[in-house]
Amino acid sequence: MTTVLRRRQVVEILLEDRKDLLVVAGLGSTAWDITAAGDSPLNFPLWGAMGNAAMIGLGLALAQPARRVLVITGDGEMLMGLGSLATIGVRRPPNLSVVVIDNERYGETGMQATHTAAGADVATVALACGFRSARQLRRQGQLAKLRAAIHGARGPHFAQIKVRAEKLALVLPPRDGGLLKSRFRKALLGEAADLD
Amino acid sequence: MKRKPESSWPEQIYRTLKTAGIRQVAYVPDAGHKRLIELCLADRELETIVLSTEEEGVGLTAGAWLGGARSALLMQSSGVGNCINALGMTRECRFPLLMLVTMRGQFGEFNPWQVPMGQATPGVLSALGVVVHEANAAAQIAPMVDAAARLAFGSYQAAAVLISQAVIGIKSFQEQASR
Repeated sequence: MTTVLRRRQVVEILLEDRKDLLVVAGLGSTAWDITAAGDSPLNFPLWGAMGNAAMIGLGLALAQPARRVLVITGDGEMLMGLGSLATIGVRRPPNLSVVVIDNERYGETGMQATHTAAGADVATVALACGFRSARQLRRQGQLAKLRAAIHGARGPHFAQIKVRAEKLALVLPPRDGGLLKSRFRKALLGEAADLD
Repeated sequence: MKRKPESSWPEQIYRTLKTAGIRQVAYVPDAGHKRLIELCLADRELETIVLSTEEEGVGLTAGAWLGGARSALLMQSSGVGNCINALGMTRECRFPLLMLVTMRGQFGEFNPWQVPMGQATPGVLSALGVVVHEANAAAQIAPMVDAAARLAFGSYQAAAVLISQAVIGIKSFQEQASR
């Protein structure tokens, strides 16, 4: 099946009119994708800690039960932390969504094939782990429903979105980890964050 | 008048965590932390998160702090090795991190496979910038947990308390299995 979806457009649609959505992005292409959609202090783009994006989302979702939390990560990053889907499945936070932008490639290291290229179906894994909804998506028409679920429906939600394998221009967020942490906390918690 | 029995070190750790304002406790099930985990599970004010591997806890505690919550991460020394790369994020972002580690491969170990990681644990943590407190007697543990919590949340540091196998006192497979 030809994959027609393009990652930057997918992420732009999911983050359109994002209101107070909290966003964690896995290292590499998905960090550039959320930045291309518009940098925000309520973005926490990773530059390392591969395999940990979903867990950062879980800690954040449990700490902020009244806010919606979206983790956007790549297939390679998700595969490195597959056990975290089982950990999320134990707690099932209703305000957490995990979206895998799946180009079936390790984009930062030379576009080598990941396990999803061989058919690994991480949406089925997420469903088996206890996510309330988990789907593999391939068509633009499916994105509006996913966006609505991310912003409001009882989760946890998971989506594996098949996208074209393409090298795109880098759109880099700040890379100072201390800055990314502090600006996120200040935007979420207010000035008091710096005094805690 | 009957004297109240002195509380055990896991109970002292539990109270210290509560005083420090800990709201999330993440753990991989562990014989040494069994009692502390039970106390945390029984506390409805605490979010307890059982992990599939210890490195997940490094991410979880980072996310908790981004969301304004203090957390603690419980593991056995073998799990410290699983955390190494993730601890790079803790250091680069200056996330507070409070790790409570029960030691194996150390005082009278009976399983040779535990020895390499147990012996490497303080060095591995130090190499990633985690401040190490080594508790060799039960009476040292709670004051060290208190100090490590202050260091973590007051000074935005990663801090670990290593609880010696001499305190935990597991000496054989049979004893471990019967706990």
